[in-house]
Amino acid sequence: MATILEMRGITKEFPGVKALDDVNMRVEAGEIHALVGENGAGKSTLMKVLSGVYPHGSYDGDIVYDGEVERFRGITDSESRGIIIIHQELALIPLLSVAENIFLGNERARGGIIDWHETEARAADLLARVGLSENPKTLVDDLGLGKQQLVEIAKALSKDVRLLILDEPTSSLNEQDSQKLLDLLTEFRSRGITSILISHKLNEISRVADTITVLRDGATVARLDCADGIDEDDIIRAMVGRALDDRYPDKIAHATDDIALEVRDWTVHHPVHADRRVVKDVSFTVRRGEVLGIAGLMGAGRTELAMSLFGRSWGRDITGEARINGAPVDISTVRRAIDAGLAYATEDRKSYGLVLGDTVRHNVPLARLEAVADGMVVNRRREGEVAERYRERLNIKSRSIDQDTMDLSGGNQQKVVLSKWLFADPDILILDEPTRGIDVGAKFEIYTVIRDLAAQGKAIVVISSEMPELLGITDRLYVMNEGRFVGEMPTAEASQERIMAAIIRSGERTA
Amino acid sequence: MSDIIDDTARAPAGEQARAGWRFLKTHLREYGILFALIAIMAFFQIATGGILLRPVNITNLVLQNSYIVIMAIGMLLVIVSGHIDLSVGSVLGFIGALAAVMIVHWNIPYPIAGVLCLAAGALIGMAQGFWVAYFRIPSFIVTLAGMLVFKGLTLWLLAGQSVGPFPPQFQLISSGFLPDIFAVEGMNLLSFLIGLAVALGLVALAIRTRQSQARVGRPEEPFAFFAAKTAIVFFGIVWMSWLMADFRGLPNVFIVMALLIAIYAFVTGRTTVGRRIYAIGGNEKAAALSGINSRRLVFLTFANMGMLAALAGLVFAARLNTATPKAGATFELDVIAAVFIGGASMAGGVGTVVGAVVGAFIMGVMNNGMSILGIGIDYQQVIKGLVLLAAVIFDVVNKKKG
Repeated sequence: MATILEMRGITKEFPGVKALDDVNMRVEAGEIHALVGENGAGKSTLMKVLSGVYPHGSYDGDIVYDGEVERFRGITDSESRGIIIIHQELALIPLLSVAENIFLGNERARGGIIDWHETEARAADLLARVGLSENPKTLVDDLGLGKQQLVEIAKALSKDVRLLILDEPTSSLNEQDSQKLLDLLTEFRSRGITSILISHKLNEISRVADTITVLRDGATVARLDCADGIDEDDIIRAMVGRALDDRYPDKIAHATDDIALEVRDWTVHHPVHADRRVVKDVSFTVRRGEVLGIAGLMGAGRTELAMSLFGRSWGRDITGEARINGAPVDISTVRRAIDAGLAYATEDRKSYGLVLGDTVRHNVPLARLEAVADGMVVNRRREGEVAERYRERLNIKSRSIDQDTMDLSGGNQQKVVLSKWLFADPDILILDEPTRGIDVGAKFEIYTVIRDLAAQGKAIVVISSEMPELLGITDRLYVMNEGRFVGEMPTAEASQERIMAAIIRSGERTA
Repeated sequence: MSDIIDDTARAPAGEQARAGWRFLKTHLREYGILFALIAIMAFFQIATGGILLRPVNITNLVLQNSYIVIMAIGMLLVIVSGHIDLSVGSVLGFIGALAAVMIVHWNIPYPIAGVLCLAAGALIGMAQGFWVAYFRIPSFIVTLAGMLVFKGLTLWLLAGQSVGPFPPQFQLISSGFLPDIFAVEGMNLLSFLIGLAVALGLVALAIRTRQSQARVGRPEEPFAFFAAKTAIVFFGIVWMSWLMADFRGLPNVFIVMALLIAIYAFVTGRTTVGRRIYAIGGNEKAAALSGINSRRLVFLTFANMGMLAALAGLVFAARLNTATPKAGATFELDVIAAVFIGGASMAGGVGTVVGAVVGAFIMGVMNNGMSILGIGIDYQQVIKGLVLLAAVIFDVVNKKKG
């Protein structure tokens, strides 16, 4: 087989973070190539380099496609060469028809006038090729997610795709739709279309992939050939095979026997699709002085669980019981949740954590403004002192407390979010992906703060997709998958293999 | 005074200049708007051969723009919270009509009528804010509907006729002046003294704020800027009150306006409520997740806007001494333009009361100056439109560079 794509020595840096470090990847023509790695390993970044989202010049290294070195300046360049990427978040316009979506930006038109007859006829052809029997005039909004995914693929086919990249295509599909999609990929293979499949679902990968590239921490760690008879364990080992060194502060156990937060039979429904249960009968406890971890893949329902606990900020038809320090509490609004001693630091600091256009001084006291005010009047001296105190304590690198938070690096922004919740002085602090997208040094500082808080008797819940991080800083772990808690283990007995195994076993059981 | 001239003034000159330049780059807008007003006033002062700053014209300028300024204060809050209110012009007309019907037709004593009108304005604001805040209907739509509704209700209330005149005491809201208790020949000394006191008070406040900043950390604003800004504000106010004292003294409505500016500048800048409104406009989701009741605050912001539009309605009706079915038409556009010229952002979370007031006066001075020059209403509209566009382009470009 000929090599269709070779990415050589790709290095991509963002301010303060090296996202890709000398990554190599080779894809043969007409194969299904799987790209695996933990969240944050650099898979999406690599695909953005390939598709021209990060244009030539913004990275180092070469993309050799079909024997030529390519210099894509944007997504139109890569698409014109037959490289089509389908993102996890589908790029369809819900209120346009299937046919309109397929030819969006590529309209069947003469002199600017759309030929609807040809549009619909060709759309029908393409839909038949992906095995979707829907009227091309149907609105995309009226289709389920599985069918929408197929429409995306039909759209790719309309552009004469030669290399199809699918980013987590089955993450929101049910088993039947996933099966259908994978069958389609194998059919494409027989017709000579090459695919790159990014997926967390190792059972799917071992079923359809021919070769596998494994990324870890922005570097290629393995290229596995499925003809050699590899199994899921081999993939897992390659994905997570990294030793825990001193990237974590010393872990001294402070957990007491006092239960700070107890949640029983917590069930949450999707805010739009009310019949979908996103969190299913979850029960757990966290003790004072304990750092509890919740492991799981993206979309497992961890953020939804945390936000629904924190003042019902997510979901609808929430049922279950929450007790803080042994007593039932009212946490039905964010204000009440904060007053009850709960805090939630978001995974998405830019959208949900910070007022980006405002200063450090104004962001830090936001969740407990009354504490820096005399009655209704903000005492600017106290406000400044508070902001200054947390700037020093968490080592926030800013020109002054009067700098806007949007000008800070990700790690320092995260520290501002953390400062806000430390100042709110909760008993239970839920941290959702507290180190996402920040550099190693800032990570260590945040881990230290987390352990210090535990030493002060706070109960900490850490949600993270980085398993080494959970193993490094928590005392006890729950594993969550598809809305359920599927495993619980003391961190001392946990390993990445055990966590992964819990996830995969539970997935197979429900399948 | 020694601790006002703090570290920033003692640093080496080169470092001072660099700090000054950096500060100017990030705060260009705040100073720019003030200098723009001064430049525009200077231009028209020269172009009109000194008519612009004649005492009688200055007084007129204040009276003509008082209702725009009053509404701009409320609109600033609405826009900072991330919304817009298109209905204010119609509400102003409606409340004027309501006042006329109550006072002239039903003979209700004017103080009672005034209070009822303010309450009616607040109710109108609540009715609109309710849908915006609790049902998340876009404010543009809700208040566009309100604009049509209250335009119609104004016509209905007045039965298509002008209603007036008002009793003389009611007219005093806009045509009265502070009494001349010192009876000094040729000027209203009380008015001048009040102006002087306010100017001194502002200087004292600025110095105190800077001192308390210096205690916590190094003030970001270089000393030279601080001194220049404070001096301009001080002499500007003293001079204006001198000019007005020379005519008939400070108009009553000027006192009302000044109090509102002071109160709302304080509320937005210094209180927890103000801080929370900025947070909502800056990032509503983050604010909600910080335990801020964004819906209630947006609701109250609209209620407040309605009340201020009602107050402006009373002032406007008193000034014309009659309520007309056409009153208030397109005022919303002047008010919104003033707020944006004053540096507020369409996206919310940015803007100051003082900026909005200065923006209103930039529009007012241009209206007034161009009218004195005899420039036709056609060109006036074009020029005002271009100034609004230029101010916002300046904002956006400036932000991108920063």
